[in-house]
Amino acid sequence: MEIESKLRNFILENYLFTDDQSALNNEDSFLDKGIIDSTGILELIFFLEEAFSVVVEDEEMIPDNLDSVMNVVKFVESKA
Amino acid sequence: MLFKKIVPQRLLHEGLFLSAEKSPDKVAVIAEGHSYTYSELVDSVLKLSNALMLRGFVRGDRCVIYMDNTWPCVVSIYATLLSGGVFVVVNPQTKKDKLEYILNDCSASTLITDAHLHNVFSEVVDEVRSLKCVITSGDMSEIDSSAIEAFDDVVNESSGVFPYTAGIANDLSALIYTSGSTGNPKGVMHTHSTMVFALNSLIEYLRLSSEDRLLVVLPLAFDYGLYQLLMSVQLGATLVLERSFTYPAQIFKRMEEASVTVFPGVPTIFSMLLSMHKRKEISFPSVTRITNTAAALPPDYIDSLKEIFPSALIYKMYGLTECKRVCYLEPELLEKKPSSVGKAIPGTEVFILDAQGNKVLPGETGMLYVRGSHVMLGYWNQEELSDEVLVDGYFPGEKILCTNDWFKMDEEGDLYFQGRSDDIIKTRGEKVSPVEVENVIYGIKGVLEAAVIGVDDEMIGEAVKCFLVIEKGSDLSLMQIKKVCVEKLENFMVPKYFEVVDELPKTNTGKISKKDIK
Repeated sequence: MEIESKLRNFILENYLFTDDQSALNNEDSFLDKGIIDSTGILELIFFLEEAFSVVVEDEEMIPDNLDSVMNVVKFVESKA
Repeated sequence: MLFKKIVPQRLLHEGLFLSAEKSPDKVAVIAEGHSYTYSELVDSVLKLSNALMLRGFVRGDRCVIYMDNTWPCVVSIYATLLSGGVFVVVNPQTKKDKLEYILNDCSASTLITDAHLHNVFSEVVDEVRSLKCVITSGDMSEIDSSAIEAFDDVVNESSGVFPYTAGIANDLSALIYTSGSTGNPKGVMHTHSTMVFALNSLIEYLRLSSEDRLLVVLPLAFDYGLYQLLMSVQLGATLVLERSFTYPAQIFKRMEEASVTVFPGVPTIFSMLLSMHKRKEISFPSVTRITNTAAALPPDYIDSLKEIFPSALIYKMYGLTECKRVCYLEPELLEKKPSSVGKAIPGTEVFILDAQGNKVLPGETGMLYVRGSHVMLGYWNQEELSDEVLVDGYFPGEKILCTNDWFKMDEEGDLYFQGRSDDIIKTRGEKVSPVEVENVIYGIKGVLEAAVIGVDDEMIGEAVKCFLVIEKGSDLSLMQIKKVCVEKLENFMVPKYFEVVDELPKTNTGKISKKDIK
């Protein structure tokens, strides 16, 4: 739960510039919704590495791991 | 058998039929991991073309393709051409107001789009009176309008016979919208003739063949991305089509699987590759050519790029949508002339002129002009703006293109970019009109004044910066301003920096003086 809320707040604040929780569904594809693009993805990686003390390998930078709140939460949990 | 009569090639899409005739079973497109052969591409193009014509699509009609880089997008481009139409690819990041502007500006008769963009287009389609047909690809479950048809159904229900269509090389083939200094985007008009010419010139100097496998991660709405598709199909080569560079590991995997040989990038992408290479070494030995345009490639990237692409020739290029491309530096000269963008592309010429229209001497700065069959016809419905850049050439009635960019040339004729003469910002490989951004920001209650400029940024060329004066007593926050920006502007247009000031410097006539800000 803590990972999810921290992550959601990061995305809302840094990519959608709002604190309105309804602006983001956990299943929303970041690519489809235009939330994150190629210049935003490294920021997300740096955030994950810092906030959750995980290391994201280059080969892990795929949509299955990173393209929605749900996917990221699953990915971070699997690394813990 | 059907297409043997297409010699010589006059129309852009004839390249597809020639390639399909030569190698029907060869893979034409690998889109997000799925392979499609040339005969599959022809089959889908014929079917969609028949379907469009059945729905009233006629020669000269504009078809707006508001889609991601996908297989249906490729099919839609060629089906529009085969139907005698003009394709208009619009970046899927485009928001509601601008999409509506473009659809109305070109009076589109057809919109082909992606279901996941329905939040944007469903509010717009009713406002566009010229639209006769809307086709959507992808998961339709959230779309409740019965007037919107599913792409797969439309294609599958149609006949695959070769349709009868008229068309000559002077016909418009594409409108490519680009940011203009007036705030509204302008539709650059290209014909079959200008595009076929540009295509063959590019293929020549990039030394491409049917054996190549070209990667596209740039949007097809951007001519640099679009021409990768056009070149690949023209050659009978293979295109590896990806939606974006957002998830690099996925791109790397596809590059390895397909042994990609051509990697077209912009500095943003190269800088991302470099920072990944620093974390952990990466290498793509199958790539034999990398190309850069849109913004200068910093010379200190070259060494690392050679490590990442050990077998590749590196091409530095410069161009503008109005003529597709202007010049390129022969890759063998990269070390000798690290800051040059080389000479005019094959079959074209360039001049550097002073304010009186005289050629300047080597080493002197002047305005760059372009002459060749790749120059656009003009801007759609914008005669005045067209006349500003298409100026009289050598012969009565001939037009040459003014780039509005300052250049100088060395003794050997190689070109060096010196700066822009207008205030368009080039960021992340895209052009941004400060007025377009300012218009959005002025629309926010509480904003008194706004001025948008470009500031130097190593990673993205220029970064968009906005200076603001906020009304006294207003509780408007920067977060609220940014939110409006992401709702109304494509991501690359959203200012990276905001600075709130008490007042902005003015000229004698009371206009904001941008040259005094910074």
